[in-house]
Amino acid sequence: MTDTLIINFSIIMLLLPAFGFGILIVFGKKYPKLHWLEIGILSIGLILAIVVLITKLTTYLHDDIAFNFVWINFSNISLLDSFKIRLGVKIDNITAIMLFVVNLISFLVHVYSLEYMKGDPRFNRYYAFLGVFTFSMIGIVISDNLLMIYIFWELVGLSSYLLIGFWYEKKSASDAGKKAFLTNRIGDIGMLVGILILFTTYNTFSFDSIFHQISLGKLPFDSTAWLTVTGILIFLGAVGKSAQFPLHVWLPDAMEGPTPVSALIHSATMVAAGVYLSLRIFVMLTADAMLVVAIVGAVTSFLAATIALTQNDIKRVLAYSTVSQLGYMIMSVGIGAYAFAFFHLVTHAFFKSNLFLGSGSVIHSMHHEQDMRQMGGLRKKMPVTYAAFIVSSLAISGIPLTSGFLSKDGILAGSLAFGHLTGHWLMPTLGFLVALMTAFYMFRLIIMTFHGKPRNIEKYEHAHETPFVMTMPLVVLSLLSIFFWYTLNPVAPEDGWFLHDWVKTPAQVTPIETRFDFMVNKPAQETSVIAEGTHGTAEVSSITNSEEYEHALHWAHIPSLILSLTLGGLGILLAYLIYQWKYIDPDKMADKLRPLYLFSLNKWYIDEFYHATFIGGTIGLSKLLSLFDKYVVDGLVNGTAFFARLTANISEIFDRYIVDGMVNGTAFMSGLFGLSLRKLQTGKVQTYIVFVVFSILILLLLFKPF
Amino acid sequence: MEGFPILSLITFIPIIGMIIVLLLPGRSEKEIKYTALIATALQLILAIILLANFNYSAGGIFDKSSFQFVENYKWIEVFGGSWVGTIKINYFVGVDGISTPLILLSTIVTFIATISSWTINKSIKGYFALFLLLDTAMIGVFISLNFFLFYIFWELMLLPMYFLIGIWGGPRKEYAAIKFFIYTLTGSVFMLLVMIGLYFSATQTLADGSQVFTFNLLALMDPSNYTATGILSPLNPHNLRFLAYIFLFIGFAIKIPMFPFHTWLPDAHVEAPTPISVILAGVLLKMGTYGIIRVSFPIFPEITRELAWYIALFGVINMIYGALVALAQKDFKKLIAYSSISHMGYVLLGMASLTVTGMNGAVFQMFNHGTITAMLFLSVGVVYERAHTRGINDFGGLASQMPIYTGFVTVAFFAAIGLPSLSGFISEILVFLGAFSVASIRVLTIISTLTVVLGAAYMLWTLQRIFFGKLNEKWSSLHDLTGREYAMFIPLLIIVFYLGIYPNPMIHLMNTSVNSLIEFMSANAQHITALAGF
Repeated sequence: MTDTLIINFSIIMLLLPAFGFGILIVFGKKYPKLHWLEIGILSIGLILAIVVLITKLTTYLHDDIAFNFVWINFSNISLLDSFKIRLGVKIDNITAIMLFVVNLISFLVHVYSLEYMKGDPRFNRYYAFLGVFTFSMIGIVISDNLLMIYIFWELVGLSSYLLIGFWYEKKSASDAGKKAFLTNRIGDIGMLVGILILFTTYNTFSFDSIFHQISLGKLPFDSTAWLTVTGILIFLGAVGKSAQFPLHVWLPDAMEGPTPVSALIHSATMVAAGVYLSLRIFVMLTADAMLVVAIVGAVTSFLAATIALTQNDIKRVLAYSTVSQLGYMIMSVGIGAYAFAFFHLVTHAFFKSNLFLGSGSVIHSMHHEQDMRQMGGLRKKMPVTYAAFIVSSLAISGIPLTSGFLSKDGILAGSLAFGHLTGHWLMPTLGFLVALMTAFYMFRLIIMTFHGKPRNIEKYEHAHETPFVMTMPLVVLSLLSIFFWYTLNPVAPEDGWFLHDWVKTPAQVTPIETRFDFMVNKPAQETSVIAEGTHGTAEVSSITNSEEYEHALHWAHIPSLILSLTLGGLGILLAYLIYQWKYIDPDKMADKLRPLYLFSLNKWYIDEFYHATFIGGTIGLSKLLSLFDKYVVDGLVNGTAFFARLTANISEIFDRYIVDGMVNGTAFMSGLFGLSLRKLQTGKVQTYIVFVVFSILILLLLFKPF
Repeated sequence: MEGFPILSLITFIPIIGMIIVLLLPGRSEKEIKYTALIATALQLILAIILLANFNYSAGGIFDKSSFQFVENYKWIEVFGGSWVGTIKINYFVGVDGISTPLILLSTIVTFIATISSWTINKSIKGYFALFLLLDTAMIGVFISLNFFLFYIFWELMLLPMYFLIGIWGGPRKEYAAIKFFIYTLTGSVFMLLVMIGLYFSATQTLADGSQVFTFNLLALMDPSNYTATGILSPLNPHNLRFLAYIFLFIGFAIKIPMFPFHTWLPDAHVEAPTPISVILAGVLLKMGTYGIIRVSFPIFPEITRELAWYIALFGVINMIYGALVALAQKDFKKLIAYSSISHMGYVLLGMASLTVTGMNGAVFQMFNHGTITAMLFLSVGVVYERAHTRGINDFGGLASQMPIYTGFVTVAFFAAIGLPSLSGFISEILVFLGAFSVASIRVLTIISTLTVVLGAAYMLWTLQRIFFGKLNEKWSSLHDLTGREYAMFIPLLIIVFYLGIYPNPMIHLMNTSVNSLIEFMSANAQHITALAGF
């Protein structure tokens, strides 16, 4: 297996779904069975992804594979010094792992949809859109430069727009699609300006080249403050895509799309892109920028968890839990726990898509009922779905033996160490509170849906376990949510191959004085080795964290483990107390805490706030400007025309009664003048042509040379 | 290709077509239509031949020898009296990397507009005669290298446009037509003043050694041709070059149209029949920005440099103001008209950067806007012809009734939004890259990125209101695209995708000329400033 082959495989993996999209869009209507093409393509993609993953993690474990080509060539231009815009592919370990995750989940969603979307009149179009979604996401994952990421970033936006608004007959669906696209675009403005700053400074879009130049001390506008700003601006793109506060509002609405699409959006594609981008730019984030990232992540995580507590729509609970978990990942990037952020991205992708596909299974069998208050007792009817739910809920709650425990506990320990080292205790505080709430709302969901007595007998009677194509993905994803895929020691993820061999925190390239103290290895600063590969520059990085940080992590490990287990257990216990054993009446509690309950139920009134301010403001401004355009700008034009007509009329009167009574010769001249002006309103264009000719002659005379 | 008058052919084939149309009896409608179709098709083929023989390494701009397909004949020679001297005007045409994309654009858009004109049913003979005359005038503007010739074509375009809107237009056609006419004529008067001023400020040495005043644009670009006392001569310490620049700029700005001279555009568009809207937005607006690049910039480089910030400012105002006003529109066609204003702002911003990247972006944006906006106006036409209304809120759910049409419109909308993989993205990103690299207009560029969201907002909102939701029963009889309509959309669709995925050919085409323009301007701006220092 050579490196060229890996590159070729990745490019084939990228282009096949786009090809499928084209074929399905054009011929899908004529050939109803054509969606199998897309499934075939995804199977090939999955196989290629597995080959790439295995090869990368064995033969090329420490070598990145890169390839790029000239896309736009400004040829030999004296002013630009042969400026070329390149596109390229770079496969490092996280790329290879992401490729596998994206392809696997996309494949499972494709299979699952065979049953879930059965009978939809636009079945093939649905598969076409899934194809373009997969294509865009793979593009982001394999890109070696910012421009290409931005290109596929926008295409992911398009795919989400098409899929969220797939059932466009519903206004809520088309609203949600529009909202997703526009909210994302707000973040994209930040990303775009960040890219512009980087390009202006470094004259390249390539990550490696930019990072290399930063490490040599070249900074945007020669200032570390601007480096911070640039980092935050690009991170804004991630805020949009990964649904971070204040741009998180689109994600919960995105569940208007078909449920398998939600599974895809909430796990491996779209929201993963934001975290992935944050990881890509991790090495150029200064301490200040990282602090902003960490705060955004922590706040988002907390905010979303509080909202999830009171929601009654099964998908909405899951949607807010996604926002909350993404907050964890983003916070993890901000506190320097790079490897754990990626680890959680992967584990979360599996258990969250499992939860969404599981909820899809419930919704499918309940005839599109999504309100948990109409469910209950489904455990016996749907044992496989129930089991999948239990496994993934344990994972998301961070209970040992699951994958979620490994990654989440790492983040929490990291936040504790971060608080200890920097004095920023906000992140661990919110982080642990979220752990409590997560366990609570997840088991609230399970109990309301699967336990107790059915609340809607009629719908319950119809409920049944879904067929194999829908349960198979649940089984696969449940298996992947168990610890042994990542490490053999279920309590110490650091010893496992995932973190020990595959994913390591790369060295920062920012100037030392702008880093957190704990990210500077004081005794012997390990410098990153720049290796010139045959296909461009590959950066082989070493772990950047100092011994101080390792000590702090070590110190935080046990307390964090105990605390998170206690809180997780407490959350589950509370859920049982309230919803299973009913020792506490939730309604009474809601009454007592009415303002808080309403605040949570209404999602902190953020949507309302945006409507009243930004959206209302923009629409108001646009209406105002439209009136301004009509009455002021155009009014001036019409006013001038009116004035010209008036002058023409006055000169006509003047001409008729005064001038005409005087010298005949003068009268003739003015008459010509008045007449011509009056003609302005009669629309005799020919007169004008005559005038143009006349004016040329007159002007020629006036401008005679000296 | 040596000696083959390809440019004249491209320009005057429609005139031949017009003559044939005029000779045909008014009732042979089919023959008239096919004459027009063949004329525009021939033009398109010639434009492709032109492209195939184009030398990509020749710069043009100021250097006669690197212009291509040049034709230079004596045209007008009159003795204008002892104080004017001999007026010598040459028929001087040629193309470089800036005019060629626009000639391609004109021929493509005109050809498609001809197909779209098939549904015209009122005095067909007159319509197509005027249509073909308009065609000649447009191409003429893009190939002229003599200011007088340029001006003649520029004015020639007004007349057919006026009648095409005024006779074949909608309910308020007279108002819209006269507004268009007076507005653009006002611009022309400004241009005329500057043209005459320039004429009497520069001389050209003839073969026999005598010196005559000149309208030759290339001669006017060379500071050494100016007389010591000419009122627009940089050698004259009391010259009026600054004022002349403003006048000329207003003349061109009206055509773009630039805020605050833009209000004729929505009116003209709303009243004009679909094919005329397509030409108006697709080609005519580009004449304004083309004029600035071809005439204002190289002749007045020092003032351009001085005023670049203001040009960028007006560009950004166009972008944001146009988008915001578009957001409030309830008429589909008016909305698209305002979106044009917004998109032309990119061109202004890109050219004001005076960088190779930004200028490439600007010229590319002219081309892309031409193709994309043509699709948008065709889309309006399709639905208006069927439903006889353009009220955005009158529709809803058309996606179920006309799925293929919806697909095409969606592509057009996303192209206008600047979605990557479609051509609009490339030109927009080049404009941003170029403009941002210039420190003085950096803040303006950052503000202008707001259009990225606003543009998406009005487009997606429109898409939702017209196509999504439940189908209004009233429209359950609308049929999807016909074969003829496919023929209009598909070529444009292919161009938009092709240049979005592989923009290199277009960049290659423009690049050499853009580079020599920027180089020439920066050298001459210094030179002229030094001259004025006397």
